Amino acid sequence: MIRSRLPLCIAFLGTLHAVVACAGFFAPYDPVAQDREHPYAPPMRPHFVDAQGAWHLRPFVYPQALRTASFDQYQLDTTTPIPIRFFVRGVPYRVLGLLSSRAHLFGAGGSPLYLLGTDAYGRDIFSRILFGGQVSLLAGLLGAALTLSLGLSIGALAGFTGGWKDEVLMRAAELYLALPWIYLLFAMRAFLPLSVPPLKAFLLVVLVIAAVGWARPARLVRGIVLSVKERDFVRAARGFGASGPYLLRRHILPETSGVVLTQAAILVPQFVLAEMTLSFLGLGVPEPLPSWGNMLSCLQHYNVLVSYWWMYLPAVAMIPFFLGYLTLANLLQRSTGTAKIEEACGGV
Amino acid sequence: MRRFLLRRVAHAAFLLLGVSLLAFFFSALAPGNYLDDLRLNPQMSSERFSALRAQYRVDQPVALRYFSWANALLHGDLGFSFAYNAPVAPLLWPRARNTLLLTTTATLLVWAIALPLGAWSAQHLGKPTDVALTWATSAFLIVPDLALALGLLVLAVRSGWLPTGGMVSVAFDEFSFAHKIRDLASHMVLPVIVLVASALPVLLRHVRAAVAEALDAPFLRAAEGQGIPRRRLLYRYALPAAAHPLIALFGFSLGTLLSGSLLVEVVMSWPGLGPFLLEAILARDVYVVIGGVLFSTLFLVAGNLAADLLLYWADPRIRTEAEAR
Repeated sequence: MIRSRLPLCIAFLGTLHAVVACAGFFAPYDPVAQDREHPYAPPMRPHFVDAQGAWHLRPFVYPQALRTASFDQYQLDTTTPIPIRFFVRGVPYRVLGLLSSRAHLFGAGGSPLYLLGTDAYGRDIFSRILFGGQVSLLAGLLGAALTLSLGLSIGALAGFTGGWKDEVLMRAAELYLALPWIYLLFAMRAFLPLSVPPLKAFLLVVLVIAAVGWARPARLVRGIVLSVKERDFVRAARGFGASGPYLLRRHILPETSGVVLTQAAILVPQFVLAEMTLSFLGLGVPEPLPSWGNMLSCLQHYNVLVSYWWMYLPAVAMIPFFLGYLTLANLLQRSTGTAKIEEACGGV
Repeated sequence: MRRFLLRRVAHAAFLLLGVSLLAFFFSALAPGNYLDDLRLNPQMSSERFSALRAQYRVDQPVALRYFSWANALLHGDLGFSFAYNAPVAPLLWPRARNTLLLTTTATLLVWAIALPLGAWSAQHLGKPTDVALTWATSAFLIVPDLALALGLLVLAVRSGWLPTGGMVSVAFDEFSFAHKIRDLASHMVLPVIVLVASALPVLLRHVRAAVAEALDAPFLRAAEGQGIPRRRLLYRYALPAAAHPLIALFGFSLGTLLSGSLLVEVVMSWPGLGPFLLEAILARDVYVVIGGVLFSTLFLVAGNLAADLLLYWADPRIRTEAEAR
């Protein structure tokens, strides 16, 4: 049952990540391209039946134009439907920063096509959610990778060498665990520069997130290393004259893979959320670079919250990712039997 | 008893000391401080500037600064807020109180829901009702609290049933006592719902697992054989046996709620530590940030200490273990 569901879950997550990684192909627009003629345009609904009641095989949308003397009220022009075209050439983009291309999944020629509406600057929300996903997910993935390697090395060092090093490292881990983690995140961020260019801000956010979360994986890894290093096969290898680093690499660290994988599945969504929290509060990735967090930050304005419901969509976009990662964490926990170990180390 | 207590208190003191060191030295590593902005001010003479530096002890080495700060801390002085031009402690207390109000209410509520529901779920382990409950709480788990808070806020604004921000109404001071309580409670509904929803799934899962394990124990089977009624069995026998992991979880739930409350407060403009801290970070108001972090640690450490004492009282195994040592 679990064995059969694990590949399914990984495939689901893989597809989601592939879509976000190839955001340029799926998104009709550049994430920072502005259309000042269409601020706060509501989502356009693809139609199959036109105003005369006739069916069309090709979906189409009706163009929207601002009502006279209004800055956010639109009226539909049902006389001139715009067909949605598939596999069209549009604005140039790069896939993963390498492959340059102009191919898009869909587009409407020169006319505007805002499937999920636009924001205050007339930027396409659909495109921004996809590109913003790149930023948020990358922050989560990089942060998790960093924090896990940090936790793994600290845990292995503490568990393997023991003695005063173990004592000092584990006391430090306790300190980190004693702090509520968003407070820790805030404090770390507070003591770093505030107004920096987007790329540097992104790296700062990743570093801060990674520095916050190392304590729990370190404790879990230490627990496993402590128990594994007294097992017979490790003693035997030691008896044959294996050196410390070799023992760690060949015999001990592979035993921690279950815990590390499970922790990764738990940490990635948590760190994506951390990035979102920071960016939402204006402490993370700045405009115009989109991230799910800074896209939501406009909801702090009362009128945006009340009037334009589609600005809320980035919050919905992450739900499938969370579902995927939580299911993955659950399945991994059960298939590798790490739940017991984590409980024994006083973790949740 | 005394030795157990002493050890726990010593541990708590160690944590507080460590966090204060950590926070202070991190802040010392920060590039720039509040006074550096003043240097750009052309009306500021260099003598005045160095006088200010001396006044706020920015010119002294870090270790010395830490000791004078820690010494002041022990006397209840949390340092000086540059942005407010006032001592930190009187600024911090009212906001901390508001945060505590939110957090403790949510903690009590979430445990009051999780305990009976988890025990009930453990009793029906694997039955459709249990599975349905697990699915329902998983739904809360995949909706992050940021999304939930914003969503509820939209609902509240649209429906107009509940106040959508702040802690009290504008005319609060003129209300009668009962009206005041009602007003405060209606403002607390939304943030507390978000907090409870964010902490409930994890808690429920653990309560369910712990009670299920206790229900499976031989002594409970024996008690069942004696014909003890189910309800009594569940609450008088199974729950205390399951208390150990749950009480350890109490500290964790406090931490989650305290963290969650920070974000929820900003979203719902609750006048607690969240907006205060955010403001302080943006203004580089170092001592306010340190004060907020220290306060949250103090609260968490106190919560853990209380949990330890509760455990000592509830679980005879801990008592004998502590005395044997």
